[in-house]
Amino acid sequence: MASGMSAREEILAKVRAAVAGAPTVEIPRGYRTRRQVDDLVGLFAERVGDYRAIVRVVPSAELGATIDACVHGRRMVVPDGFGRDGGWDDLDTADGVMTHCAVAIAETGTIVLDHGPGQGTRAQTLVPDYHLCVVLADQIVPGVPEAVERLDPSRPLTWISGPSATSDIELNRVEGVHGPRTLEVLIST
Amino acid sequence: MSATFIGMPGNFPKNAEKAVQDSQLRFNLRKATHTIRDKRAEVVGELPDWGELRAAGKAIKDDVLHNLDRYLIQLEEAVTRAGGTVHWARDAAEANRIVTDLVKATGETEVVKVKSMATQEIGLNEALAAHGIAAYETDLAELIVQLGDDFPSHILVPAIHRNRSEIREIFLDKMPGVSRDLTDDPPALTEAARLHLRDRFLRSKVAISGANFMVAETGTLVVLESEGNGRMCLSLPETLISVVGIEKLLPSWRDLEVFLQLLPRSSTGERMNPYTSMWTGAVEGQEFHLVLLDNGRTDVLADEVGRQALRCIRCSACLNVCPVYERAGGHAYGSVYPGPIGAILTPQLRGMTTDLDASLPFASSLCGACYDVCPVAIDIPEVLVDLRAKAPHAAAERAAMKVAGWVLDDHERLATAQRAATRLRRFVPKKGLPGPMSAWTDTRDVPEIPEESFRDWWERAGRSASAEER
Ligand code: SF4
Repeated sequence: MASGMSAREEILAKVRAAVAGAPTVEIPRGYRTRRQVDDLVGLFAERVGDYRAIVRVVPSAELGATIDACVHGRRMVVPDGFGRDGGWDDLDTADGVMTHCAVAIAETGTIVLDHGPGQGTRAQTLVPDYHLCVVLADQIVPGVPEAVERLDPSRPLTWISGPSATSDIELNRVEGVHGPRTLEVLIST
Repeated sequence: MSATFIGMPGNFPKNAEKAVQDSQLRFNLRKATHTIRDKRAEVVGELPDWGELRAAGKAIKDDVLHNLDRYLIQLEEAVTRAGGTVHWARDAAEANRIVTDLVKATGETEVVKVKSMATQEIGLNEALAAHGIAAYETDLAELIVQLGDDFPSHILVPAIHRNRSEIREIFLDKMPGVSRDLTDDPPALTEAARLHLRDRFLRSKVAISGANFMVAETGTLVVLESEGNGRMCLSLPETLISVVGIEKLLPSWRDLEVFLQLLPRSSTGERMNPYTSMWTGAVEGQEFHLVLLDNGRTDVLADEVGRQALRCIRCSACLNVCPVYERAGGHAYGSVYPGPIGAILTPQLRGMTTDLDASLPFASSLCGACYDVCPVAIDIPEVLVDLRAKAPHAAAERAAMKVAGWVLDDHERLATAQRAATRLRRFVPKKGLPGPMSAWTDTRDVPEIPEESFRDWWERAGRSASAEER
């Protein structure tokens, strides 16, 4: 390589030389992009439960009362747009946070936050030890492809599948390392 | 971590000797790899379209590699448009200099780190330390490795070689303020790490990460993790610096639908890992720098057979099924990339100029289990055979003998090795192999490898050579 080339030019030139004449690749997309799931709520609830998160299916009329019961006495961060007053503002001393989500995935038991209205900032959903997430039944999609399609890549996204966990010590699963140790999911139907 | 793999002496069999003789370590490794392997098989078996996902994953990565220049430029534009700054680094020294300068510009002398193989590959922590900057690993296993002044030995569970009582000792010894009553119960050890790092997360101004994927189309970076230390590092500090190998690209946003199924199931054996963070450029007022790292990757790309190693998504499935890894442990590979993928990636990234790197392509029985589980269908045995032909002979032959010796010294491994011989039919070797290895490839004109050939070869050539090596 000629000296004086920038790193960028030199790397790109080496790449071009390395793959000159390499064939065009067709990408076979024979995998499932739409899955048929009869009971989305049931499957999602089962799969979230597999991660040792707490799951409840709640009729929408009882949602408020159920949140009250979950929260009892905890100092909860309530993000803008969640639609409830009386949140705790200090992140360091908060006991928990309540959020909505952007989309939920039945097959993997995942909730995805895009940190839009009602979902808090990334820090708000991370620092408190308890995360209460309200999922509306129509936000649940069958699989990962359907979720990727619904999400906006220009937003910061946090995909959450169960509470924080580690298996670093002799492969023993321990829940609760740095993220919230308790994840509770309310599915509002 | 003051320990670094760079310039490690010795060769694969010599380095593995200790591990091979350590029955406790072998028990741990066996238990760990078999546990993850079984979990993986279960969740992979759940997906009726695994084969199609794997075919798509392979093709998407090949497309990335064949058009890498175009995708890199597209990524750079997208990240820049979203308020990030992109830097290019030809090699480790250049990457380390860029990161050091960026940290210095913030005036900080401490940084938090999310587990990143790329930064281990370039020895970033040592480079920062030389400029008075302390880098703190935050992944529990990396913390154990760093506090123990040790090397990682597995991609997914880097402290797989440590048992709970050793970890307790390390914490008592090296973790300031830890309670003397600390037990070796994993939840208690985990809680100690949580408390130890909590303050550091909340006060750190600069974080350094790697990334699992970068999306060229949108400029989005993706990090998969379990503990939440990744989320802490990626979202709390004011400045985020990500060091990422140039091959970590995906062409389009949509491609994540493939890789977010392939990676968690292959890696931890879960339907999904606890946390995945995605961000595009500078987010929530953060300053964001992306350092694109070559460090030998363009050399690998130039090799038509070897370039498939760049498809690797570092899931570690190949380690967990490898009979040689299970025997030798991760340290013997002398690089941040252990196991079958390390055996083909390290010699290509660094060149086979040292005894160690020249011995790595022989750290295998060619049983092919790694290929079967690889989510992007890297034909590791094919690359191994190709590299063997290029390796300097002396080191190669010694290594081959030793590895063959471990593989043959119990029944299960003998069976594996015999399967390997049969599997060699898959290859039409491009060149004959040197020395005793030629017995493995002289069969190239024979349509079927007789079942006894490997054992025959061992009887004929192996025992004497291995005795001489001791
Ligand atoms: S080579 Fe394949 S199986 Fe091994 S770590 Fe890479 S992607 Fe996973």
